[in-house]
Amino acid sequence: MSDLSIFDVNPAAGAKSESPLAMTRVTVATVASPAKAGVVVREHAFQGHLILRGRATDDQFRAGVEQALGVPLPLKMGPLSRDEARGVSIQWMSPDEWLVIVPAGREFATENRLREVLSGHYAVMNVSGGQTVLELSGPAVRDVLMKSTPYDVHPRNFPVGKAVSSVFAKSSAIIRRVAEDRWELVIRRSFADYLYRWVLDASEEFGVYVAS
Amino acid sequence: MLHIYCPYCEEYREEEEFRPKGEAHIARPAEPEATSDEAWGDYLFFRKNPRGLHHEQWYHAAGCRKFFNATRDTVSYQILETYKAGQQPTVTAAARAAQAAGKGVAK
Repeated sequence: MSDLSIFDVNPAAGAKSESPLAMTRVTVATVASPAKAGVVVREHAFQGHLILRGRATDDQFRAGVEQALGVPLPLKMGPLSRDEARGVSIQWMSPDEWLVIVPAGREFATENRLREVLSGHYAVMNVSGGQTVLELSGPAVRDVLMKSTPYDVHPRNFPVGKAVSSVFAKSSAIIRRVAEDRWELVIRRSFADYLYRWVLDASEEFGVYVAS
Repeated sequence: MLHIYCPYCEEYREEEEFRPKGEAHIARPAEPEATSDEAWGDYLFFRKNPRGLHHEQWYHAAGCRKFFNATRDTVSYQILETYKAGQQPTVTAAARAAQAAGKGVAK
């Protein structure tokens, strides 16, 4: 455990918190039910996002992360380490940087746990307030992604469980394929309004349903 | 559009994800205080502008956000290789000359 002073940036009791989409959440539905929609949009707000940095070549670092989070540290671009039942995932962002996403309210405990087991050269940063997750599901999601990003989202190049950071709608986003017809976009707070509207607009032709 | 191989992501990505960052392998003078104004000016402001092979830096802005190096032919715009920061290029003018000379001997 390091002697850094850390604190819970989002204490549960009484503090008001708003999703980046709080002001723009319009419930658009061009179709009557999610079953008829080509794209169902859902925001997973308030999840815990942590940026973890360290040396991938350090055995102790890798073992510590696995011990603290229960999923192995991915060592190359692409495959997401994910435990869907517990809602924990680790994504490779760059050779010495990872994005850890944990369920809402778990971020402080997770950060503490990482600080307990890790030692030496590493950093953990809580970035939960800076980004949010949009889940897109439905048969037409791939068409919407093809309109929005230059990255190849064909199943041949983008199998289930892959996660990449790329250009999205002239901005940037992290694109994660979590199931056959279910994708996640991790988007920045400052672009959230724009990207959310972009996704709605791009999905309109396929029938879009915003699930709350 | 160029397809650029990022040596860190180990994948070809669209040019749109990258930013060019100018000439690579520029060494900062070891002793700035002892460097002449002319040499310091060269280091700061003067860049090569070759016709042909050029070793340059690129930045994977939308991906892993790492700097890496590329060897590009400024005539054809072809990127001949990309390699991590800190590594040396394998495609160089000298290597090409040696290869051409080797071929000449074989004939």
